Amino acid sequence: MGEHVNSRWPARLHVVTGKGGTGKTTVAAALALGLAAGGRRTLLVEVEGRQGIAQLFEVEPLPYKELRIAQVAGGGEVRALAVDPEEALLEYLDMFYHLGAAGRALRKVGAIDFATTIAPGLRDVLLTGKVKEATTRSHDGRRIYDAVVLDAPPTGRIGRFLNVTAETAKLTKVGPIKTQSEGVASLLRSPITAVHVVTLLEEMPVQETLDAIAELKALHISLGRIIVNGARPALLTAGKVTKAELKRGLAEAGLPVDAATVNGLAAEAKAYLTRRDLEESLRGELAEVGRPTIELPLLPGGADRAGLDELASELMRA
Amino acid sequence: MAEPLDVDRLLADPATRIIVCCGAGGVGKTTTAAALGVRAAEVHGRRTVVLTIDPARRLAQSMGLSELDNTPRQVKGIDGENGGELHAMMLDMKRTFDEVVQQHTTPQRAAEIFANPFYQAMSSTFSGTQEYMAMEKLGQLRATDEWDLIVVDTPPSRSALDFLDAPARLSRFLDGRMLRLLLAPARSGKSMFSLVTASFGLFSRAVQKILGAQLLTDLSGFVAALDSMFGGFRQRADETYRILQDPQTAFLLVAAPEKDAVREAAYFAERLVAERMPLAGVVLNRMHKSEISGLSAERSEAAAAATDQQMTADALRVHAALMRQIEREASVAATFTDAFPGVPAASIAAQPADVHDVDGLRTIGTLLVS
Repeated sequence: MGEHVNSRWPARLHVVTGKGGTGKTTVAAALALGLAAGGRRTLLVEVEGRQGIAQLFEVEPLPYKELRIAQVAGGGEVRALAVDPEEALLEYLDMFYHLGAAGRALRKVGAIDFATTIAPGLRDVLLTGKVKEATTRSHDGRRIYDAVVLDAPPTGRIGRFLNVTAETAKLTKVGPIKTQSEGVASLLRSPITAVHVVTLLEEMPVQETLDAIAELKALHISLGRIIVNGARPALLTAGKVTKAELKRGLAEAGLPVDAATVNGLAAEAKAYLTRRDLEESLRGELAEVGRPTIELPLLPGGADRAGLDELASELMRA
Repeated sequence: MAEPLDVDRLLADPATRIIVCCGAGGVGKTTTAAALGVRAAEVHGRRTVVLTIDPARRLAQSMGLSELDNTPRQVKGIDGENGGELHAMMLDMKRTFDEVVQQHTTPQRAAEIFANPFYQAMSSTFSGTQEYMAMEKLGQLRATDEWDLIVVDTPPSRSALDFLDAPARLSRFLDGRMLRLLLAPARSGKSMFSLVTASFGLFSRAVQKILGAQLLTDLSGFVAALDSMFGGFRQRADETYRILQDPQTAFLLVAAPEKDAVREAAYFAERLVAERMPLAGVVLNRMHKSEISGLSAERSEAAAAATDQQMTADALRVHAALMRQIEREASVAATFTDAFPGVPAASIAAQPADVHDVDGLRTIGTLLVS
């Protein structure tokens, strides 16, 4: 390592969580693109079977395989992987027990479905175990990936998802799964990992962000940044809108000055100010937890490749 | 364009006994469910209960819910002039599971099941338990016939489809071949590992290696204890599924005008149609509106750039951003309504601040029918 570590984003495993609808997949993808700049290679991973990455990059559903999904100026690349718990279990069995044909037999009798269904802890160990494997994988003494970015489950499930040892300890006291989960647990608590929480400046996402940070802190899992997504530029900073002034301004600009237009603009300005006050107080709540915070602008054109690149460079500047 | 969804007709119809609000996480399912409850009680005089799964703290408080205790509590501040009442409850997943176990087995067996680490893990963390228990609770509430209307908020799942699939998955699992294999020793008195079928030999070897023998002992104990209950589980899952298909139920898809949420809603609509579930309509939540939509974003921006009067320029920029947002939302919403022209649609105008009191819920209800 060393030469390939980005000093502003020093972790090698970036776990991106956030409430549903906050754009965590978009942010995870932008981070993977940003960290791939300068000829690096990153891996963007999803674990919930949503095929969110494929939809974002508008490609066919991803198989359980690391495939290049984007090239980055300067020779870098982002690969993507959708981890499927069944496939991960089979791969795991194959790796440790060489159960090639037997693995298929296991699937036939329903053992895989069984194992990943009854024990959600086991499922999460398999998923996080695969992420760990990709993060630490090397070839000829060089790491395959400069960084791995995980589009993780949402804030409501992130603590349980990452607290793998506790979940498996309920089920198994010995055996390789326990060893595996301990390996994952220590990786998640080391400086190699950073868990970033994506939020909007809205009440529920901010509340869930604060809850998730408290939960992860209590679990001693390495926290990264708070990423405020969809931030709007500050307008009307003087804070007051008077209709008379508005009318004068509109006349000057050659726009209609009828009551409907003036009242409409005044009402929209008032709603904007209400919203901004709320956003301001939510910013304050976020600031109280003392985590480094980045704001990403709302993408007017949506999260297409140009939009993702814009977010990527915002992230790398931060 | 889809026909408008007549929410008042749905709420007023005495034949509507269950409304299921479903959709992706973060779209406002819980708020919509609560607002429907307020309107059903106040405007339509119905004795209504709202079953919420995981409400935001302040919304829960506003409805007088302070704990997950499975008990419907009457919501204060509801206008009962029309004879309606609103009650709300939060699902306690583990307690609901415990009750199901108690109902279907002897106290001694129940105690064995409760003590088993597998049961403890499964009843609190099994990925489908919340969905399964929400449906179980719905079945129970319906069975009492105590309510004119039950409004259900579905769990914040990985997928909006989970609550439809979870009960079947759970009963399939509890009924499955795997469990019969594991159950063999409990039935025959022999060790499960004395089975000599090739695949099962491989299976048990692998499972022992990976999970350790203790886990298998716990698991077979769990399965043996649950054995007497299989029929019960399955029967209940089937019954609830039939209630969901019945015309007394109305599914409302809730979606925010965002790509992911609308995509999820589209998957869901396909599934509901395929399973012959009664899809009443889609609610597009947080849609922005402007009273002065004749003033375009382009014109506002151009005027803002030309004027040196800061306040007017900013007010115009606020309007321009709003117009662009409206345009974006309309095009996202259209991807759903174009694909499902037969599904009635309603929208709720975006509010500048979040809702966390009964007044706010009442406002949402009014917006929903306007």
